[in-house]
Formats: sequence, C-alpha cells, structure tokens
Amino acid sequence: MSHAATNQPVLDPKLALPFPQAVLPVLRNPQLRKNVAHAIDVIQAKRARLVEEKPDWQELRSAAAAIRMHTLENLGSYLEQFEANCTARGGIVHWAADAEEARRIILELLREENASEVIKIKTMTSAEIQLNPFLQASGINAYETDLAEIILQLGEGEPSHIVVPALHVNRSQVREIFARRMGLKDLSDDPKELTNAARNYLRQKFLKIPTAISGANFLIAETGSIGVVESEGNGRMCLTLPRTMITLAGVEKVLPRFQDLEVMLQLLARNATGERMNPYTSLWTGVTPGDGPQRFHVVLLDNERSSILARNKERQTLKCIRCGACMNACPVYRQVGGHAYGSVYPGPIGSILTPQLMQMHYAKTLPYASSLCGACYEACPTKINIPEVLLDLRAQVTNIERKQFSRVLDPMYLGLRIANLIFSRAWMFHAAQFFGRFGLGIFTRKDGWVHSLPSVGGEWTQTRDLRGFPSQTFHGWWAARGAKPNKEAK
Amino acid sequence: MRASLFITCYNDTLYPETGRAVVSLLERLGVELEFHPKQTCCGQMHANTGFRGEAFSQAKRFVRLYQDAENVVIPSSSCVSMIREQYPRLFEEMGNEELRQQFAALSPRVYELSEFIIDRLGVEDVGAYFPHRVTYHASCHSLRGIHLGDRPFRLLGKVRGMKLIPLPHLDRCCGFGGTFSVKNGEVSSAMLTVKLQDVLATGAEYCTGPDNSCLMHMGGAMHRLYADMKTIHMAEILASTQESPAEATL
Repeated sequence: MSHAATNQPVLDPKLALPFPQAVLPVLRNPQLRKNVAHAIDVIQAKRARLVEEKPDWQELRSAAAAIRMHTLENLGSYLEQFEANCTARGGIVHWAADAEEARRIILELLREENASEVIKIKTMTSAEIQLNPFLQASGINAYETDLAEIILQLGEGEPSHIVVPALHVNRSQVREIFARRMGLKDLSDDPKELTNAARNYLRQKFLKIPTAISGANFLIAETGSIGVVESEGNGRMCLTLPRTMITLAGVEKVLPRFQDLEVMLQLLARNATGERMNPYTSLWTGVTPGDGPQRFHVVLLDNERSSILARNKERQTLKCIRCGACMNACPVYRQVGGHAYGSVYPGPIGSILTPQLMQMHYAKTLPYASSLCGACYEACPTKINIPEVLLDLRAQVTNIERKQFSRVLDPMYLGLRIANLIFSRAWMFHAAQFFGRFGLGIFTRKDGWVHSLPSVGGEWTQTRDLRGFPSQTFHGWWAARGAKPNKEAK
Repeated sequence: MRASLFITCYNDTLYPETGRAVVSLLERLGVELEFHPKQTCCGQMHANTGFRGEAFSQAKRFVRLYQDAENVVIPSSSCVSMIREQYPRLFEEMGNEELRQQFAALSPRVYELSEFIIDRLGVEDVGAYFPHRVTYHASCHSLRGIHLGDRPFRLLGKVRGMKLIPLPHLDRCCGFGGTFSVKNGEVSSAMLTVKLQDVLATGAEYCTGPDNSCLMHMGGAMHRLYADMKTIHMAEILASTQESPAEATL
C-alpha cells in the first residue's frame, strides 16, 4: 500500500512525497493544524518572555555561534580528544561512517548483551538511522521512555518536531491511544491520569530492562563527558538503572570545554521549550564503579556530516544544537507541522539538513519549502543563516535540474530563462511589457483584474486575483512627462 | 540633493502609481530625481529560485548603472534586502573582485524609501494628508532583512487625518515569498489566510506596507474575497495631500 493512499506520514526522504504534495492532506486536516498552531503559540509565548528577561541574549548567541564554529573548524582534533578522555574513563568509542554501520555496531553490542529488549532516551539521531524498525526486524524490541515518544510508539505515529515530537497530537488523542494500547478502558483525558498511566507503563520497563540507548546533546572533548537534557526524568532513569548504556551521537555534537556548557545550557532550554533551565541535565563520564551503567559505549556517527563540513557555506548547518526554535518560529511549519517534510528533521533546519544528509539525491523540494522570511535565522541560538543555506541549496538543485531534458519545457525553468534574457536589455524588458499587456489582457476581466490563469499562473490564481496591466508603465510615464526641469528642486 | 530612482521591475510594470507617488513625494521634499531608462530588475527572483548565474548578471547590471549615482532610492525593502545581503555574496561567489569593490563603494548610498527620507533627508513629517483608517504590514525583508525598525511608523504617524491601526503578529510572513507563492501555492495560501484574518480584523480601510509584493499577494486575495479593504503602498500615502489625494482613493 502506498503512502499516498493512506495519508500516513513517511519520514524517509527516499520514499517521501515532494513537499508541495505532502502538505495537501495536512492542509485538509483542521484538527492537526489546530494542534500544531496551538502548541507552537504556547511555546513561542513562553520563549518570548524568557528571551526578553536575558539582557545578554544576543551576546549569548554570538558566543554560542563562535564556540560551535570553532569546534567545527577543529572537529577532528576535538573528536580525538573526546575519544581519548572517554576511553580513559572506561567508555568504549566506536566510529560509524554511515547509518548502516551505526545500526550494525549497535546490534552487535546488543547481541553481546543478549538483549531482546532495550529502553531508549529520546534521540533524533536514532530516528535518523531508523534504528527502531531495524532492531525490531532483528528481534529486539526498543521501548521509548520519553512521554511524547511513548505516545507516538504506542499510537504508531511519527515525530513531527525534534523537541516536542508529539506536538501534533492532542490530549484526547493521547487518551485514546493509551486506553487502547494499555487496556485502560476507563482512562480519562485528565493530564494527571494520563501521566500516571505512562508512569506505570514505564516503571515496568525501567525495572526489567538492563540495556539502554541514548542520544547526546553534547560531547565534551576536554573531559570525555556526555550531556543529555530532558524534561521528564525518564532519561535520568535510563542513565542510572541499566547495566549497559549505548550512546549514539552525531560527530558534530562535540564541545571543546566543560565551561562551554555555560553558554549552551543558558540558550538551549530557553530557546527550545521556554524554560529557564530544563528540569533534568545529566552529565556522565565513562564508567563509575558501583554507580550507573557499568558498560558504556559511544557510537559516533558521521553519515554525511563530513561532507557537509567540507563545504564552506553549508558548514554552518552543523552548528545546530537541536533546540527546534526554528520550527517554532517558522510560518510554514506553523501551517503544516512536521510530517510533510518527509524526514525526522522537519522545519527550517530539516529543510537544509535533510537534503544534505541525502547528498542532494532526495528531498530536493525541501530547500523551496520556505518563504525566506528569516524568522528561523533570528531564532537560531547559534546563528545559522538558514535562508542563506536554503538559497545555496536551491542553486545546487537548479544546477542539477536545469541540465535535465525533462525540464526544458518546465514552465518555471523556461520562464526564468526567458526572464533573464528580458532583464538583460532594457528594450527587451520594455517589449516584454508591451506584449505582456496583450497576453495578460486576454485573461483580464472587465473589472480590470485577472481571476484565472493557465499553467504556473494558475498556482497564483487558485486563491488570489491579479490586477491587470495598467495602461502605462512607470518608465513610459516618466518619458512622457519629459525631462522637464524640476522647479521646486534645490 | 540628487537621487536616482530604481523603481524595480514589478513596480514599473504593475504598480506605476507607486513610482509616480515616489516622484511627487520626493520632489515635494526638494529632491532632484533622475530615472535611468536602462534599469530592469535587481535579480531577486533568479537568486531566490536558485539561478545564481542569472542573478549575478542582473546584479552586475545594477552596479554598472548606478555606480555614479549620488543616492539610489528604491520603494521596495525586499529589493534593497536582495541588493545589500546577496550582492556581496554573489560577487564573491563569482570571484569578481572588481565588482565586489565597486559595490562596496555604492552600497552605503542605496536606500529604501523610508530610510532615505529619515536618514538622508532628516524628515519625518512629509506634509501628507490621508483621512483614512490604515493598518501597516511590515514585510519580512523590511523587518529582518534591512531592519527598517520604526522608520515607517515615524513617517506614517505624522500623516494628517490618518488613523493607524496596529496589526497583530506584525512579524509573521504573509506567505508570498516570490516563487514560493507558486511553487508551494497551497501552503502560501494557508499562510495568507492566517495573515488576512489579522489584517481584516483591524477594520482598516487600507492595508499599507513598504513592498508591493506582499501587498499584491494580500490585495489579490482581498479582491478575490470581496473584502472591504484595499492595499496601498506606503509611498502613495506619504505622497497624498489634500490637493492631490492618492490615486487609489479616487
């Protein structure tokens, strides 16, 4: 059964529909749009208050941007430093070139543990490498412990946001999922009852399953430590109860010094969820005898990050600390939520990250999924100039597509080529205006407006009229006015 | 003071009344205007759609045409934003050091209309009269691209007879985004609906702004929906006087 037939979101860029088509079922789903817009507005209002109370907000952003860029420019040496310090403290570091290798390493580690089940701290990187379905196919059940991830896992849904993955689901939908999957017929949609149900469900997993997988918000090169921030404490449980912990992290997650957390932690929670400090910040270093997991592995994932790093303009993509603020600020995301992006990384950051992770072979419509309004850049804690990268990726897509035979008569490509010719000579521009007036005149009604156009123009007139050509251009008026001296001018 | 008017391709073609208003406004303020007949487009449409090479040739044209101008005035924050933000990158990308330097010298003399009036002429009260209820839509490029700040409000606040009604969610995009409005026509329309809810709820007679592009987008939907509101470029309000009222009101 195809995804188009079921309207089920597909978060695999290789299979996902182009963005303009993927949004259609969402735009016809008022409930989902209301859920998204409401959740976004709540977060945005909280964030605005907390950003306001920091007089040094812009300085913090500049500091974070500088730290992240410095790290990326020296990534190799910081990663080696991290590996050495983590290893010295009893951790085992593995390097994975791509998603397949990361999955294989993790599966081997789990097989060594004889694990048939594993508990997980929320990690987008594991979603990036599609770890859960892979483990399931290999006979290992992975249980999410983050509340939102539980909702999605039990409801067989997909994440639509990197920080608040179930933001598209409302309370009564959560009740339905929990009642059905936990066998709780009398469950109400009271938040307290819902969290209690999740707590009971989780407690059994925590007490029973001795193996855990986490992501990482930060890797500290100087100490070999790992940092995870979260709201609910489920991560803390995964970090204390199990015997074995496997952490999966993208290579870009490293920070040079422990001290750098001072900047990052001030920005991250404020920008992500509108909290002064996230409720749980866990930092751990290797293995501590008698305390926490006694076997500790870190899998460092490249998966195209090196090739992004190598590109001057796009390198800044890797400064991202996954706060999700660009999604919350994005007027496109606010209308359509995350699923239409066809990737575990939606929104503005997803629109630049996903196509690059796919080496521009897939997700080629994502760089165009933006009105270039710049709200994402303004919200970004590490000052990633997302509009600039979007433009650069658009140029890459255009350079690929314009060579394709199938695009020769594509109205957008043809139109822009002709427009370029026209704009290169004033007389051609003026001739085009002259003929354009006749052309558009055919479609102009008696009221002087165009209500319906063919081809690309029809995309405009689906919801908007267009005023017909005026009888005189500005330059025509100026010429007719003559080079008469301006009497009042000094 | 002399200034050269870059009217922009779509104002020249579709909104000549905005250009005429700029001329009458600036001449009233004592500016000696020139208009270079060879001007066409700043290249934004091409740059934003991924046609870098084509955008580069428009950018080159702009620099060649205006490098000797005392001031360049542009009644579009979006085109100014393209010129200021993207030209240096384009010239660097194409490895054209000569153009990059020529542009660096020209760039400080390129003004959006309200910048020119406030920063260069030092005027806030332009002597306009516009007896209507008006709401102001700040285009994204005016806010986050060239940071116009409160300049448009300082000018509009001095217009006699006019009631300026604040627009909620001023920083939210109307969904135009150039070719975005046709490449992602449905999402663009959804964004427009949300924006129009705010705009129409102001009860204003006119929605104004620094860019005819956003106004074409919102005005096109207002016309489609038989809404009781029209759009009008900020320049036309500022040019309007008791003796010669804005063309849109006639």
